[in-house]
Order: sequence, then structure tokens, then C-alpha cells
Amino acid sequence: MSAAAAQFRAQARLCAADLRHRHFIQTALAGYYAKRDECQNRFRSWARACQAAAAVKQDAVNHLDSCLEEFASKIEARGAKVFWAPAAAEARAYILQLARDRQARLIIKSKSMTTEEIHLNAALEKEGFQVVESDLGEYIVQLRHEAPYHLVFPAMHLTRHEISDLFHEKLGSPPTDDPEELTMTARRVLRLKYCQADIGISGANFAIAQTGMISITENEGNARLTASLPKVHVAVVGIERILPKLSDLALFLPLLATAGTGQPLTCYNSLFGGPRQPGEPDGPAEFHVVLLDNRRSELLADAEQRDALRCIRCGACLNVCPIFKSIGGHSYGTVYQGPIGAVITPHLLGLQQWKHLSQASSLCGACAEACPVGIHLHHHLLQNRRNAMRAAPLWREKLLFAAYAFVMRRPAWYRISARLARLIQPLHRWIGGSAVDPARAWTKTRALPRLAPKSFGRLWRERPRP
Amino acid sequence: MGMVRVFERLGHQVEYPPAQTCCGQPPFNAGYWDEARAVARRQMEVFGDAEVVVSASGSCGAMIKIFNAMLFQGRPEEARAKTLAARTFEFSEFLVNRLGLSDVGARFEGRATFHDGCHGLRELGLKKPPRQLLQHVRGLQLVEMNDRETCCGFGGTFAVKFPMISTAMGEAKCAAIAETGADFVISNDSSCLMQLQGILDKQGSRVQTLHLAQVLASA
Repeated sequence: MSAAAAQFRAQARLCAADLRHRHFIQTALAGYYAKRDECQNRFRSWARACQAAAAVKQDAVNHLDSCLEEFASKIEARGAKVFWAPAAAEARAYILQLARDRQARLIIKSKSMTTEEIHLNAALEKEGFQVVESDLGEYIVQLRHEAPYHLVFPAMHLTRHEISDLFHEKLGSPPTDDPEELTMTARRVLRLKYCQADIGISGANFAIAQTGMISITENEGNARLTASLPKVHVAVVGIERILPKLSDLALFLPLLATAGTGQPLTCYNSLFGGPRQPGEPDGPAEFHVVLLDNRRSELLADAEQRDALRCIRCGACLNVCPIFKSIGGHSYGTVYQGPIGAVITPHLLGLQQWKHLSQASSLCGACAEACPVGIHLHHHLLQNRRNAMRAAPLWREKLLFAAYAFVMRRPAWYRISARLARLIQPLHRWIGGSAVDPARAWTKTRALPRLAPKSFGRLWRERPRP
Repeated sequence: MGMVRVFERLGHQVEYPPAQTCCGQPPFNAGYWDEARAVARRQMEVFGDAEVVVSASGSCGAMIKIFNAMLFQGRPEEARAKTLAARTFEFSEFLVNRLGLSDVGARFEGRATFHDGCHGLRELGLKKPPRQLLQHVRGLQLVEMNDRETCCGFGGTFAVKFPMISTAMGEAKCAAIAETGADFVISNDSSCLMQLQGILDKQGSRVQTLHLAQVLASA
């Protein structure tokens, strides 16, 4: 078992047993479901909107090379610098060098899972740069030295009370349960930082090939400030963020808001097309785009799972996932949690170390049903399991399934095995659920079903014929 | 035998090929597709000539109808797998979608809630057929539970590889069942029933699990 798998098991066990936590997450998501459904009903047909979005995104993925070149040439024409980062290390090195060259001290960031993916904050802090997250949820988890809990709601695991305690301890604000007051506390701290920051770093929700622009969707206005106030801006963009046309946003912005947060549209939707142009009153003097591959090309080469690159990081699959709701976001130990994380993490970080995420699923398919771009998430989990076992079978399992296949191909053996099981079952009662029970994984928490006294085959043979 | 009784009551001739065993889902689910293929191939031989194959479990039905296509993709057996898939139906799917029935003349006294097996619900798209059938059962009071489309946590090998998560999911499901005040929980998937009964028994609950066919067979 990999270290990641061992940690996952331990965390998942703790969290699954924490009824308070489970209940809290369930309640938090109940509000989301209601709002999401309401917004979906505003579409003439949500299902067809999703199909259309899947087609647009798949087209972008199929023509990723030309779309990216178009995006880069268009944004460079307006004076932006585009850096093609093959992997996380190169992306970090580029941004670190930039920070050194500009003699930056304070760096402000808006929400970006891609920067989490390359562990940018840790790298910057290690070199002495001060990094401040400006998204409220991200700011909260940063103050707690925690990873985001959910890729859209980073602090969803915390109560107002816990946030109040945190602000009281770290910022000296008076304790309060009023969310507005808590927001104002963070705002007072953060407003100053935008003006003091030397560099602003953002992600991107979409990169528009046709016009060479970055689209950022948000509710707090912090991304707009991050991208316009500091002199230097860096946008870290996964190469799959691409959308072919500007008009595609007409579908994707409401789609993302509906699936992501249950809003018709988020409060702010901005497009950034490079540094301040002559005659413009504001905007950064320098605009850098770091296009991050980081093994996305390998996923692109996988004909079975390429559709995972359609992902718009809305988090809808997490919100409906009964595994996520049982074990919470931190148990995964990954930047991308939930079903999409279980699908792509093995591709991004290595199948053998991360295959447990694909195994830790009941394959119920709620994720695929919720996905607004139609990614076959749970089928990809099956393929990941197959790929993992093909490359490195677990010999105990391999043997077990070889025996199973032997018996299942021989009806006589099958009947004998069933008869044996009927004979053995009464004895099992003595050890059921105990430490020596071979079926303990089941019987520790669940009763074993009693086999029917007669098999179906026997009842069938014995029944009176009409 | 419930399924057989329903079919015979409706005047259909039922055959049971005694050579049938398992559909091959356990190794497919665990990632051992060679072993799964060996078993699935065998079932294709056994059911080769049947006019219609009806499965009493949505999950086994989904294996034959959906997953075999993944399993045999690009292999010589692919066409055969697809032919069998087209002729295979889950029990409620067959009654409602193929035969156009919703009343099979059943009578069952009691208060019950219905649990959707995920494979029947999402792979096969069978949200309405089992409910349509249950609504026409005389004496049955059908109450829906909260989060009715949420998984019970069984998931095949998942149930024993990650028992702590599987049990947490099952407990949440059983709490939703208990809230309805039902005496019975009915499903068209035997594996969900095994998970639910396993937890209900452990909790000392008096709620009893029943297969859809058991309810429809009673008169």
C-alpha cells in the first residue's frame, strides 16, 4: 500500500465515523441542491445545455494544439508574455524568477486550484515572499495552514463560530457569529494588501482562443482587484481551460455558476486580455500567462479518458458524491477531491500511488449524472482499476478471482460450492464479526445474510410443473 | 421464485438454464478484466438462444447490458455481447417498458419505501418502472425517503475494501429509511438489499428488506 493510500484509509476512517462532520456537510450541501435545481430549471433544457457544452469542450480538447496557439498569439499581440510550462517545476521556477526579478515582497492571489496543483504558495514562501490569498474561503484555510477542503468551497467544513475564533486569534477581531461582520474583517485586511502587493496571481476559468482572453468567474470581486491593482499579473492556466470562441461563454458562464454554486451567474465575470493598453486608466503593466501541461498531454493521449479534460472544475461531482459526503475533502490528500480527483489524480501523479482513490467508490454514477460536461467519471474509475491491476496485480486478489472464474465456468463446481457454503454457514455464527472471521470486513459492521435453505436451482427442479 | 410466479401468472413461459452462474461483475469491478471476460463469455453461451433474458437484479442486468460492451470492446465477442445486451432486461424494465404493464395483480399489505439500486437507476435509467409497478399493488402504502437516489454504499468489492466508508453510506441510507416509518424497504437490486439488511439487522431494526419480485408475486 502506498503512503498516500495508507493516509487516505486512516483519514477516511476517522471522518466516516464523525457523525457531526457528516451531518454538517450534508446540511451545507442541502442549500446548494435547492439553488442548483432552481437554476437548472431556468434553462429551457439543462440536459441539452450540458450536451452542447460537452460538445464544445470536446471540440476544444480535440483541437487543443491549434486552440492554444491561437490563444497565445492573440494575447501576446497585446503585450502579454506566455510561458509554456511542461510541468509543475518549470511553472514554479518561472514565477519565482519573476518575483525575484521584480524584487517583489508581497504577492496577492485569487482563487486558483492550478496554483494549488503546483504547490506555488509553499515555493514562494520558502524563498521569503509573503503570499496572501484573497478569496475569503482560501484566506480562511490559509490562516489555518490547511489545504482547500473542496475545489469550489475551500472552507465549507468550518462553522461561523470556528471562523470567528480563527479571526479572533489571528487578526484580533472581536468574536461574532454574523457572517457579514466576518467578511468585513477579512475585507479590511485584504483591501490594504491589494494596494501593497507587487504581484497578483490568478487562475483562469476559461481561456478564450478566439480573442486571447482569460475569463474569471467569482463572487467577491477579489479576482478583479488581484488582476488589476498590482503592477505585475500572472495567470496560471491549465492547458485544458481553453474555449474556442468568446460566444461560448454565453453557455459556459451560466453553466458553471449553476453547477458550481447554484447561481444563475456569479456576481463578477471578468475578461482579461493582457497588460494595460495605451490610453487605458488601469490594469497591470505586465501580464504573464503560465500555460501548464503537467501531464495533461498524457491524459489527452488516452483515448478512453480524454473527456476528463473537458472538466470545468465546477465541483458538482463532489457535491453529489456519497463518498465525498462521508469522508470529506481533506481525506483525499489531493488538490482535486471527489470523483474528478479520483479520475485525474492517477494521471497527474501516478496510477500505482493513487489507484486507491479509484477503488474507493461504489460506482453509483451520481457524479457522471451531475457533470455538466458529461464526463464518464465512474466508468473512468473502472478503467483506472483495470489499468492499475493490469500493471501490478495484487496476487491475493488475482488468485481469488482466478478461483472464482474457475468455479463460475463450471456449473457443477458452482453447485457444490453453494452447497458447501450452506453447510459451513451455521459454524460461521461462532466467529462472525470476531478478529478471526475471514469475512470480518463485512461482518464487523453488518450482519451476513443467511443463505436460503434451498437454492433457486433446486426449487426450480422441485417445483410442480403445470 | 417471485419473478417466476409473476411471469407465469401473466401467462409467460419461463426457462431457467441450469448452467448459468455469475455475470462476471466482481472481477470486472475489481479491475481483473481477463477473469471477468472468461465468466461473461460463458454466460453468453448459456443465454445464447434465449428470446428474452430477464434479470432480477439491476446490477447484473447492467453488467450484461452496459459493462459487457466495455469488457469486450474491440474483441471478437463484441457483436455477440451487444446482441445479448439488446435482449436482456431488468425485471421491472421488462414488465413496464417491454410488456407495457404496470398492474400485475399483486396484493401486499404494509407501509414500504423503495430503494433505487444505482445500476438500475443510472446505468439502465429505470427511475419510473419499479414505482409504477408498486403503485398498483393493492394494500401497499408507498412512501418515498429523503435523498432517495443516494447510493446505499454496497458497490461490490468496495464494500469490503473500504468497509468504513461503505458502512457510513449504508447507515445514512438506513436513517433515511427509518425516517419514513416504513416496515419494508423494497428494491430491484439484491446486492443493495444485502447491504441494507446487514446494517438493519446489526442495528436491531425491525425494517425488513424485500425484493420487488417478492412483493409483486404476492396476491
